[in-house]
Amino acid sequence: MAYDKFEVLTSTAYPLPTENVDTDQIIPARFLKATERKDFDINFFRDWRYNADGTPKADFPLNQEKYAGSKILVGGRNFGSGSSREHAAWSVYDFGLRCVISSEFADIFKNNCLNVGVLPVQVSAAFADSLFAAIEADPNAQITVDLPKQTVTLDATGSSESFVINGYKKGNMLNGFDDIDYLKNIEGEISAFAETRPF
Amino acid sequence: MAKTLFDKVWDSHVVRQVQDGPDVFFIDRHFIHEVTSPVAFLGLESRGNSVVYPERTFATADHNTPTINQHLPVEDALSANQLNALEANAKKHGISHWGLGDVNNGIVHVVGPENGITLPGATIVCGDSHTSTHGAFGAIAFGIGTSEVEMVLSTQCIMQPKPKKMRINVNGKLGLGVTPKDVALYIIAKQTTSGATGYFVEYAGGVFEDMTMEGRMTVCNLSIEMGARGGMIAPDQKTYDYIAGRAQTPKGADWDKAMQYWETLYTEEGAEFDVEFNYDAADIEPMITYGTNPGMGIGVTKDIPTAENVKGGVETYKKSLGYMDFNEGDSMIGKKIDFVFLGSCTNGRIEDFRAFCSIVEGRKKADNVTAWLVPGSHKVVDQIKQEGLDKIITEAGFVLREPGCSACLAMNDDKIPAGKLSVSTSNRNFEGRQGPGSRTLLASPLVAAASAVEGVVTDPRTILNA
Repeated sequence: MAYDKFEVLTSTAYPLPTENVDTDQIIPARFLKATERKDFDINFFRDWRYNADGTPKADFPLNQEKYAGSKILVGGRNFGSGSSREHAAWSVYDFGLRCVISSEFADIFKNNCLNVGVLPVQVSAAFADSLFAAIEADPNAQITVDLPKQTVTLDATGSSESFVINGYKKGNMLNGFDDIDYLKNIEGEISAFAETRPF
Repeated sequence: MAKTLFDKVWDSHVVRQVQDGPDVFFIDRHFIHEVTSPVAFLGLESRGNSVVYPERTFATADHNTPTINQHLPVEDALSANQLNALEANAKKHGISHWGLGDVNNGIVHVVGPENGITLPGATIVCGDSHTSTHGAFGAIAFGIGTSEVEMVLSTQCIMQPKPKKMRINVNGKLGLGVTPKDVALYIIAKQTTSGATGYFVEYAGGVFEDMTMEGRMTVCNLSIEMGARGGMIAPDQKTYDYIAGRAQTPKGADWDKAMQYWETLYTEEGAEFDVEFNYDAADIEPMITYGTNPGMGIGVTKDIPTAENVKGGVETYKKSLGYMDFNEGDSMIGKKIDFVFLGSCTNGRIEDFRAFCSIVEGRKKADNVTAWLVPGSHKVVDQIKQEGLDKIITEAGFVLREPGCSACLAMNDDKIPAGKLSVSTSNRNFEGRQGPGSRTLLASPLVAAASAVEGVVTDPRTILNA
């Protein structure tokens, strides 16, 4: 499924410093029953955003007006652990977020994000802490994520850190391409390889 | 240069290496189920692509399925819709499909090995993180997202950076009442829920050599719970004995040829790992978790650690204990429980039912406990009946249900109610995993059985020693 290109993003951010946020929290299993990719924002962090009676939890950052409309989420260490459900990455994207920053990502979630147009930006624990502190001090703190330069910057102070992404995935994000485009282009090579497989 | 088992299997499946990018990685076997495949088929069709190798993909219904009255139409409309989509997509694209009621139906990671689809040296993926189970056979197996499911359907490849390599050695002999599940929970507690992120694990040493294939599957299944992409164990005679003669394993000359390859699948002397850990079997006791990730496990006789004695942030730790309604320093033994769940791709195999029955035989389920016993497949059900375990189960006051993922992720009606405490043989104790507000203690089938008959968290050794 196509996604919008990603180049430079400047936005405020939702802070979610809790560690080990698993994909069951990002989207609980009971909301995985769709057969099409649509409206996954509705149940994004369902049980952390809403009480059992459906009323919003006022103290949860995604519900707080001061962060509303942010396109970045800064998450605690080991963000996206657990289930491989790509629905988690879809819900991030559908909620309007284009970037998640954390000091560590679970592997499958990170892959899924890259495949759906959400940029996972891994920073040092110290830098992540400085972002949480800056957001706490000023909910309007702007963060700039520059994919071509591979930097993330806290605009107010100019404090910056570079992040790693391989050139191939970077190209995909910059151009809105995905892996299937690449793989279909080398179909002949794949079918020749398949011939050599013993089973 | 000496190669590891992982290197041998990975490198032989690389179609090409992308410069400054991932490997184009060929997939031998692909499992699909009803929850993570429908959108992949939509994507495939919207691009005008077809399934290139339908014989390499296998569909089974498991995540969403009811575990009673499977002969009746599925009541939940959304679940029924997903099950119908799986069947229709499989039929349309020429993919084999084991739907509800099919003799081969069951949890994807149980039926794959049972039917000989899982083979040493193969690459296996599925839109499910517990695909790591199949590593027990010396395969490279891991979970993928739906975009990647579409990639496999339309090209038989995915694009993956090669993970780093970790070896975990456990030597010595396991004590009474200590099962493969305890070994895995012990390792995860040591590694934490993210300690193996970025790695692919090889399990080695006497403890894994001594394990049955079922036990090895339990261990490899849980690799993802410490963040590892997957885990694998070198194939040996036990592996070959398990797969020989199964429906889809190679036969005759093909078997002989395959064996020549399989016998090369081991880590060579001097091969290097990025990191290596050694644990002693004697240090492992029956385990139980007390928090909201699988890394929060302790020996069942131990007390819940205080915040300063755990890795990670204090706030997160306190939030987790708050959810569980536990306190630092609490003893786990004696905590009153409400539910017991025996099943899942982690512990839904015949050996798990044998273990459970070894405890409950001649005893009775406690009145305060609701128990759901859910075999991993119809073949497991058949074996349970053949061995007469169903009689033991019934006489002890338990009911055997029909196969599926069930209360492991509670997509069907098997939901633990809010606030209730469950001892579960499954793989995740995340908040709400077994139903909104549910509280989960992960444990082995022995701990689950002992707790089911006593009505409180119980060390199975007190029964096994009696």
